[in-house]
Amino acid sequence: MAVTAGALTTYLDAARLALADEMRRDPLVWALGEDLGRGGVFGQYKGLVDEFGPERIADTPISEATIMGAAVGAALVGTRPVVEMRFSDFALCAVDELVNQAAKARYMFGGQARVPLVVRQPIGAWRSSAAQHSQSLEAWWVHVPGLAVVAPATPADNGGLLKSAIRSDDPVVFMEHKNLWPTSAELDREIAPVPLGKAAVVCAGSDVTLVTWSAMRFVCEAAVASARAAGISVELIDLRTLWPWDRDAVLGSVARTRRLVVAHEAVQVCGVGAELVAAAVEALGPGIAVRRLGAPRIPVAYASNLEAAYHVGADQILGALRALA
Amino acid sequence: MEAARRNDAPVERLLALYRTMLRIRAFEEAAEAAQKSGEVRGAVHLSIGQEGVAAGVCANLAPTDLITSNHRGHGHTIAKGADPAAMMAELFGKATGTCGGKGGSMHIADFSVGMLGANGVVGAGMPIAVGAAHALKLTRRPGVVACFFGDGAINRGPFLEAINWARIYDLPVLFVCEDNGFAATTRTRQMSGGPGASARAESLGVPATGVNGNDVEAVDAATGRLVATIRAGGGPQFLHALTYRLMGHTASDAAPYRPAAEVEAKRADDPIARARARLAALDLPEAALDRLADEAYAELDRAVEAARAAPWPALDQAYADVLDLGAGTWR
Repeated sequence: MAVTAGALTTYLDAARLALADEMRRDPLVWALGEDLGRGGVFGQYKGLVDEFGPERIADTPISEATIMGAAVGAALVGTRPVVEMRFSDFALCAVDELVNQAAKARYMFGGQARVPLVVRQPIGAWRSSAAQHSQSLEAWWVHVPGLAVVAPATPADNGGLLKSAIRSDDPVVFMEHKNLWPTSAELDREIAPVPLGKAAVVCAGSDVTLVTWSAMRFVCEAAVASARAAGISVELIDLRTLWPWDRDAVLGSVARTRRLVVAHEAVQVCGVGAELVAAAVEALGPGIAVRRLGAPRIPVAYASNLEAAYHVGADQILGALRALA
Repeated sequence: MEAARRNDAPVERLLALYRTMLRIRAFEEAAEAAQKSGEVRGAVHLSIGQEGVAAGVCANLAPTDLITSNHRGHGHTIAKGADPAAMMAELFGKATGTCGGKGGSMHIADFSVGMLGANGVVGAGMPIAVGAAHALKLTRRPGVVACFFGDGAINRGPFLEAINWARIYDLPVLFVCEDNGFAATTRTRQMSGGPGASARAESLGVPATGVNGNDVEAVDAATGRLVATIRAGGGPQFLHALTYRLMGHTASDAAPYRPAAEVEAKRADDPIARARARLAALDLPEAALDRLADEAYAELDRAVEAARAAPWPALDQAYADVLDLGAGTWR
């Protein structure tokens, strides 16, 4: 493999290296999906077939239902599949297999079997990809009992959370943001597993709690810097895992600030932000000031000026922070 | 397991098949009665009239082989070796059921005998079956996966995807299309283009074998050949078994969409009656055959009594086996 951790490592390569580490560590880990032997649609699997062979880096037909369903069957009999869906939009061709089979087999069968699989579903508006290649559907899966949902923002988290997701005996939906593939950071030589269900406090603050995840973290960082210049101290939390979300980190922070803004790229209506806001108000009382910031309930358009209408910008986040502070 | 062995004398083998079919029939008649009395709830899909397929196929499977099933899965499960008492307890929703009362009829499963689950979604067992076979091949484990589905499934995408998948990866799968002529309450032929199930499998490179599913000896013999081919590395095979569903789609479906005369004519071809006639022709005494039936029904009487007496699942089981991650955060 061309890249080793320890140097400047991209978000894409961090996950690639993490997967390779896990495949070396456990011969029952394997990956399946369309074009994986060629490296995957974004290069997330580049070179892995050379080390692990075509059985463990399995090229599949364009059969999303059976990619997902076969992974369920393979997990039920003891292997640990990593499923590639290319785009979270395409995972909709495998919803029965994910929601009715993967998420429910352990429960329906009274705990006779587990479904230890990871399904990678890249999300986000990216390079004018329009309505069917741009969605962020994390709220769909957070709603389903039996699934864990992860959405990393940084290279270290992408690699570290993928390791933990692969080691988990639960089915984990792993949502990487396509705009983050080339972002990079210096990583330790050995990518450290990052625990699932733990948020990262990006910066501490005392006036407003701002919760986000995935690529929106970086939009929020810009807004937080502007807020700081305006004298507003913001505690920025990157949730990282959307189910189970880190109640201690979020509610502990809001208990101090009494103000909560949640910003996400996904459509605002019935988004994960609505859940966080409702949970905070229920837990901490009606005196909590809250704002949700998500996309309008419109498909993502192709034309760049229309696509921009979909995005939550740093100025909107700053506006919400100012309104509450 | 009760499976007949291939080197048994033909009479012994047929007797074992006959006994499996009787146990399935006794189970389903008991399930139907318990559904009518309200003790068994939810949808119950009966395979009465189709027992020849389950018995004939599973007689050729070892305990380490695997099966997936559909919503009409009691017969497959019993034939694969599950305990009817634990299954009946499952239908009663009791703690002693195969799934602890959390699955019911439509999600019956017994992993201890290689039964990877019935399924509430038509065709959904097919990708799971090929995935299980994929894992066997990947981990160099021997074994065959028999995938039971109905003729209604042939119009779903996963049918095409799963058969294609088994072919391209050369997997040890026996696809068993249990063709009872009905897709829920509609005749399948009215809803299917082209010549049907076998032609579709063959168009994907998987050889198809047709058989009279009500002739348990024919199913047994055909499956024996196909499973031997698969075990020898011959790749996936497709068995198209023609049968008839003597009951409605569910136990509460009176099936008014088909003429009574049709059902009566098919009743004459009941696989159990057919096997019994064959055994009688082989000079088995009527009394011995009656005794087998009595034993099967007595076993189910005991199973129903035990299910009735068994405890309900503890309430904390509603929260068990959902997810390790975040366990305890139910709201």
